[in-house]
Amino acid sequence: MSVRRKWPAVIAALMAMTANAEPIRILDEIKSGREFQSREVQAQQADDFANPGMLWVERGAALWKTVDGEAGKSCASCHSAATTSMRGVAARYPAFDADGKRVLDLEARILQCRSRHQRAPAWRHESEELLAITAYVAQQSHGLPLKVAIDGGARTTFEAGQRLYTSRIGQLNLACSHCHDRQWGKKLLADTVSQGQSNGYPTYRLEWQTLGSLQRRIRACFYGVRAELPAFGADDIIALELYLAWRGEGLAIEAPAVRK
Amino acid sequence: MSNYRLSVPERVARATPFLVRLIIQHPMETGFRLDAAGAAITKNLISEIVCRLDGAEVLRMELSSGITANPLFEFYAVADKNCELVVEWQDDSGVHASARANVQVAD
Repeated sequence: MSVRRKWPAVIAALMAMTANAEPIRILDEIKSGREFQSREVQAQQADDFANPGMLWVERGAALWKTVDGEAGKSCASCHSAATTSMRGVAARYPAFDADGKRVLDLEARILQCRSRHQRAPAWRHESEELLAITAYVAQQSHGLPLKVAIDGGARTTFEAGQRLYTSRIGQLNLACSHCHDRQWGKKLLADTVSQGQSNGYPTYRLEWQTLGSLQRRIRACFYGVRAELPAFGADDIIALELYLAWRGEGLAIEAPAVRK
Repeated sequence: MSNYRLSVPERVARATPFLVRLIIQHPMETGFRLDAAGAAITKNLISEIVCRLDGAEVLRMELSSGITANPLFEFYAVADKNCELVVEWQDDSGVHASARANVQVAD
């Protein structure tokens, strides 16, 4: 009798445990995309002068101090020196925003700050300005380990990202996990399939001949498997960004990285 | 806006070659490419770069297609006294820009 009465409580406890359980990590070892690059590309990234991404970082440093918008503020008006106030920030993004009740990536967080506090017009995705300020903010976390929160409000977005990561999409009918969990390290034409880690973004890609965001790179994978491209800022992309960041937990931030 | 970075060593030895590094944000558009609508993308290359040390020309580069976007240039110069290094460049779209650095000769 007493055992029977306890069942609902036991079930409830079990359900609560599953809901908050640490998700299963598929990769035994995590490797930054840098490790899949040639020695020359690695050297280009490591050299702060030869790394073309630093052009955007320097531009971002100037933008940080530039007054813009109706509020007459610059980033520095509220956040002072980015070298201290932004240290570690990029390592914990995407993150749940309690006000808007949604997960924001670093670009979205910057754009929100820009509209809410500077009252300045939005920058479009992949614009020189948004890339520059994002690269500058991300670079302040250089060398710090990636660590995002996936509990609380971020949980549903995380689970959506995890689902999408392992779901077959596109005419090639492939999931992200098919290449980046099961086949990494093997050759795909002239390239080595990487783990699809996100710690280097925004990244200067030699193929693009410019700096680009993680969203651009994720969209390129959608294109690669011939799936419909989600729009910049779409929930699916944000969810994948969060899943990727959790999946790469512990990798050092390399922004701006250089990749082939 | 022209975005570039120029670097010379903080101090150089007299009459000894020192490394000058210059990186310029530029599309280096070849003129051979078409846009998504099939229209030719106008050629826009950095056509010429001139470096002067204390007013005297020490290097002139004439560039053509086949050079990456955002190119990095490295070359050596020699100074025998404190002076200013000026690099000037122009591109096919009419942009004319320059960068300056002070060269300090260590005694």
